[in-house]
Amino acid sequence: MIRTVVRDVPRTVAYLLSGVLVGVVLMVVLLVLGTVGLVLTPLLVGLPLLALAVLSGGPVGALERRRLLLAAPGPALPDPHATPAEPGLAAWARLRLTERATWRELAYTGLLGFVLWPLDAAVLFGALGMPGALIGAPAQLAMTSAASGDARIAKLWLIDSYDQALLCTVLGVIVLLALLTPLVLYARARAALARLLLAPNEAEAERRLAEVTRSRARLVAAFEAERRRIERDLHDGAQQRLVALSMTLGLARLDAPPELADRLAAAHREADRVLGELRELIHGVHPQVLADYGLPDALADAADRSAVPVELDVDLPRFAESVESAAYFAVREALANIGRHSGAERAWVGGRYTGGRLRVEVRDDGTGGADPARGTGLTGLADRLAVLDGTLSVHSPAGGPTVLSLEIPCPQR
Amino acid sequence: MPAALKIVLAEDSVLLREGLVGVLTRFGHEVVAAVGDAESLTSAVESCAPDLVVTDVRMPPGLTDEGLRAALDLRAANPSLPVLVLSQYVQRAYAAELLDTGDGTGVGYLLKDRIGQVEQFAQAVERVAAGGTVVDPEVVRQLLRRRRDPLAALTPREREVLALVAEGKSNGAIARALVVTEAAVGKHIGNILGKLDLPPAQDTHRRVLAVLAYLRG
Repeated sequence: MIRTVVRDVPRTVAYLLSGVLVGVVLMVVLLVLGTVGLVLTPLLVGLPLLALAVLSGGPVGALERRRLLLAAPGPALPDPHATPAEPGLAAWARLRLTERATWRELAYTGLLGFVLWPLDAAVLFGALGMPGALIGAPAQLAMTSAASGDARIAKLWLIDSYDQALLCTVLGVIVLLALLTPLVLYARARAALARLLLAPNEAEAERRLAEVTRSRARLVAAFEAERRRIERDLHDGAQQRLVALSMTLGLARLDAPPELADRLAAAHREADRVLGELRELIHGVHPQVLADYGLPDALADAADRSAVPVELDVDLPRFAESVESAAYFAVREALANIGRHSGAERAWVGGRYTGGRLRVEVRDDGTGGADPARGTGLTGLADRLAVLDGTLSVHSPAGGPTVLSLEIPCPQR
Repeated sequence: MPAALKIVLAEDSVLLREGLVGVLTRFGHEVVAAVGDAESLTSAVESCAPDLVVTDVRMPPGLTDEGLRAALDLRAANPSLPVLVLSQYVQRAYAAELLDTGDGTGVGYLLKDRIGQVEQFAQAVERVAAGGTVVDPEVVRQLLRRRRDPLAALTPREREVLALVAEGKSNGAIARALVVTEAAVGKHIGNILGKLDLPPAQDTHRRVLAVLAYLRG
C-alpha cells in the first residue's frame, strides 16, 4: 500500500497540478463566453456563443479523458459520442446536443471550472505546500534573519533560532509523509468522479459496439457488391467482345486463302486462350452458379475444380447471399490449400443445416500442420465469418489429418 | 449440306446476337427471330414454331439464369423442341437440369467460347436439331478429373467413350476419334450401360441416361 502510494505521488501531483491549470483557463473562458453570450443574446449573436459554451464540454471531455491517464494508467477511456450518420455541421450539432454524454461532459466542465480546480489547489497546498514550508524553515530563517532576526513559517509560526527551524523541518517531513496517502486517495476519488461523468455508460458502450459491428457488415456487403459489379462488367463487356472477335476470326478462316488461314488460326487460338483465362477469372471473382442454385451446386462445382478428388456430402437449403458466399469462399480456400500444401490424396466436404446453424466441414488425409495464424487466407475467411457471427476453426495436428469447420447461425431463405 | 433450319435466337448482347445470326446464316440456316430477353423468346417460339431454339443462360430482366429458365419452360411445354443453351460458365448444374427435360434428347449445353469454332458450332447446332444430345467438352473434361462412384467402375477407355457420347457423337464418329472399329465402340457402350446399371430400353435414351449419370456424379 505504502509503496504504491509513494510510486503514485509524482503522477498524482502532475494530475492535480495540470487540473488546476486547465481549471483556471476554463473558468476564464466560461466566464467570458457566458457573460458575453448572455449580454449579446438580445442581439441574437449571443446564442451561438452560448451554444459554443455548451459544446465546450466536448473538447474538455476529450482532454480530461487523456489527462485521466496520469491518475490511472491503462487503456484510454473510449469516446462516448456517436459518429454522425450524415455529414454536415447541422447533423453533427443536432446529434451532439441530443446526446446525454454531451450534457454529462458539460456538467463536468462546469464543475472543473468552478469547483474542482480550487479544491485541487487547496489539497495540493495542504498536502505539499505546508509541509514544504516547514521543511524549508532553516533556509527561510537564513534569508530573513539578517533583516529581522526571525521568520514566520507558513504565515503561522514565528521562529527565531535554528533549533526551532530544525524542529520545523522534522515536523514538516512527518506531516508530508502522513499526508501523502490522503493526497493520492483524493486524486483517485477525483479521477473516479471524472471517469463517472466522462466515460461512456453501458448503453453508450453497447451502442458503439453495435455501430462497429454494423459498419463492418456494411464493409463486407460493399465488398460483395464490388465483386458482383466486377463480374458483371467483365461478363457484359470484355467477355462478349472476345466471343464476338473469336466468331469473326472463325468466319474469316472459312473464306481465307490457305496462307492467310494459318495466321488467322494462330490468332484464333490466342483469342480462345484469352477467353478461357477470362472465364476462369470471372468464375473466381463470383461464380454465377452460387447465385442461381445455391451452396450444394456451387460446392459441387468447387469440388469439380479441385486438384485433389473430393467427396461431397452436402444437404442444404438456400441462405442469405452473404452466408452462402462466405461459406462457399471458405470451402474453396480450404480446397485450394489442400491442393497446394497438404499432400492429401482425397478430401471430403460435408454440409448440414441443423438447429438454425449452418455447419460445413472440410477434411483431408494429408500431412496436417496447417496453421491459420500463418498466411492471410484463412484469417480473412475467419473475419468474413465473424461478421455473420460465424466461427472458423482449423484442427491440424502434425501428421494430419486436417479438419476445417465453419459454423454460421442463420435462418434459411 | 443438311436441310436449312428455322432458328429462334435469344441473346441480350447485340454484338453477339448479330454475330450468331451471321454464323448461322453462313451455314445455310434461317434465323426467324433474334430477341434480347426471355419473355420475347417465349412469344417468338409460339409465333414462329422453329426447328431449334438457341439461347443464352443469362438474360434480362434479372440477368441471372432467365434464359435457361425460359428454355426449361419451353421444353416442359414441348418436350420435342430442340434447345441449344449457350453459357458463359462451365456448369454441370445447368447442363444436368437441361438434360432432365423431355427424354434428354434434342438438347445441348455449350460454352459461348465454342461459337468461335464456327464449324464445330454448326455441327453441334445440327446435331441438337436432329435430336442429339451435346454437352460441352469443357464440362466433360472437368468431370473426368474426379473419380467418383458410379463412374469409378469404368475403365479409362470407357470414360473416353462416355465423354464422346456426352459430346453428342455417334458410334461412327467415336470410332473415328479413337481409331477403333465401330463394333468396339458398341461393346464399350454396352459395358458402360451395364456398369451404370441402365437396363436395356430404347438405345438413344439409354445413352442420354448414361450422360446424365455422369453429369450428376
